[in-house]
Amino acid sequence: MGRGRLTPYLLLLPGGLWLIVFFAIPMAIMLSVSLQTGSLDTGFDLTWNFGIYPQVIGQFGDLFLRSAIYALLTTLITLLIGYPMAYTIAFHGGRFKTALLFIVILPFFVSFVIRTLNWRMLLSDNGLVFGTLKDLGVLDQAFHFLATPASVVFGLTYNFLPFMILPLYVALEKLDKRLIEAATDLYASRWQAFWRVTFTLSLPGVVAGSLLTFIPAIGDFINAEIIGAGNPEVQMIGNVIQFKYINANDYPSAAALSFVLVIGVTILVAAYSRAVGTDRLTT
Amino acid sequence: MGDSKTSRVLLRVFTALVVVFLFAPIVVMIIFSFNDPAGRQNITWQGFTFKNYLDIWSRPQITGPMVTSLAIAAISTVLATTFGTMIALALSRYEFRGRGALNLLIFIPMAAPEIILGASLLTMWISIGVPRGFLTILIAHVMFNISYVIVTLRPRLVGFNRHLEEAGMDLYANERQTFWRVTFPIIFPGILAAGLLAFALSIDDYVITLFSAGRTVTFPLWVFGASRVGIPPEVNVLGTLIFLVAIAFIAVQLWSQRQAADERRMIAAATAPSTP
Repeated sequence: MGRGRLTPYLLLLPGGLWLIVFFAIPMAIMLSVSLQTGSLDTGFDLTWNFGIYPQVIGQFGDLFLRSAIYALLTTLITLLIGYPMAYTIAFHGGRFKTALLFIVILPFFVSFVIRTLNWRMLLSDNGLVFGTLKDLGVLDQAFHFLATPASVVFGLTYNFLPFMILPLYVALEKLDKRLIEAATDLYASRWQAFWRVTFTLSLPGVVAGSLLTFIPAIGDFINAEIIGAGNPEVQMIGNVIQFKYINANDYPSAAALSFVLVIGVTILVAAYSRAVGTDRLTT
Repeated sequence: MGDSKTSRVLLRVFTALVVVFLFAPIVVMIIFSFNDPAGRQNITWQGFTFKNYLDIWSRPQITGPMVTSLAIAAISTVLATTFGTMIALALSRYEFRGRGALNLLIFIPMAAPEIILGASLLTMWISIGVPRGFLTILIAHVMFNISYVIVTLRPRLVGFNRHLEEAGMDLYANERQTFWRVTFPIIFPGILAAGLLAFALSIDDYVITLFSAGRTVTFPLWVFGASRVGIPPEVNVLGTLIFLVAIAFIAVQLWSQRQAADERRMIAAATAPSTP
């Protein structure tokens, strides 16, 4: 292949430039816009208004907290559902292993919005699930699920489940099964062998899956809008950012909120990685 | 493994329940795409009809966004796959400065919440006064897809057998010929897989598109707008059709992977004796 010293740089040029111009620079512009004051009519001026940060955190702190809690619950539930699923595919999948993996991915070829809309229909007060249960007298007629915190976490769990299952599967699949046999040979109970060998060795998958679930979940606003039915009580920080950008044209505080979200996520992810010791596990 | 019979059965039952959970909205979507609703609301079953499948093609408010989405997906896939493949090639076979910075530039767009990518791009469009529309959506889609292409393709390039290229050069092929006749055909299944992923991500994107769309309506944006109250049957019809196309794509991809694996095995068998 190319021996020219320029070749790698030429290969990097178009894609690298694209990422710099349409990803890195917009992030810098967003930071600068967050420090501007003004309105759409009078125009915006850079006034180094750092006061916007304590202001938006004070005003929307509870929404940040709520988003973090929803995302955390989502991560926990997807882990509880995803682990046994990934474990079954990896260890008991047999010749259906590939087929089962495709089954996990297949629903996600239907548009995110369409899937979520169909859940809203299924879970509506008189829909297929709760309507039937009400007719059978299992549930009270007044019961409703949509627009509750649980419904938003439900939607998030559904939409991000594959992001948990796939990394877990990869970690479990490449695990050396002889180690588990060795543990049971050394008189470990099945539970001990699972907990101390299988689970411990699959931790990199748990970490990867948790991050891949938590990060998109905390910034999501579709589930709160569709399954949460726009109820302000279950709105997440993404809903505010979206509203301020698209409807209110309040760019400085929208940009500041976005930055707080980025920094918050980075801190949480760093703390989590340190706590579980990813560096040690992945090397 | 060493699981008891009971736990094996429990795991299988659990897995089956998760599969039901995963497919519940898909099944509902397919069933209700054949529903014959009285009004715009498509909530209760009224009767079976094929009408929805025939009607949608003559409705510009549906075909318009669909064509827009397909065009954006097609163009952004070609651009992102080309740029991403070039970067993946550079990363896997050249030494150069700034590798760490480049890795960050590739990794962060995938790690950041989508809303951040959309919001920061919108901030730029507003700041420099770029009118939003088809072109800005296209730019955004290429941006978020480049990283996915690189990440999909890179592991396949790392396992690449360089002896095949050397054999090509030994047989008096120049660099260009070696690349197009040896390297490219071998890495093509990987490029195809990366391209399919990019296409799927583009055609389904709502969040990033919303921030760069202006008045342009893509399919996911139309779906969202059309279903403020109920879900019109057309939404489920198109969802079902896309689902079928996706299954066909996967089948093709599996087939091409198998084909490539066969070829590789044949090439490996043919070249094995001659490589030192």
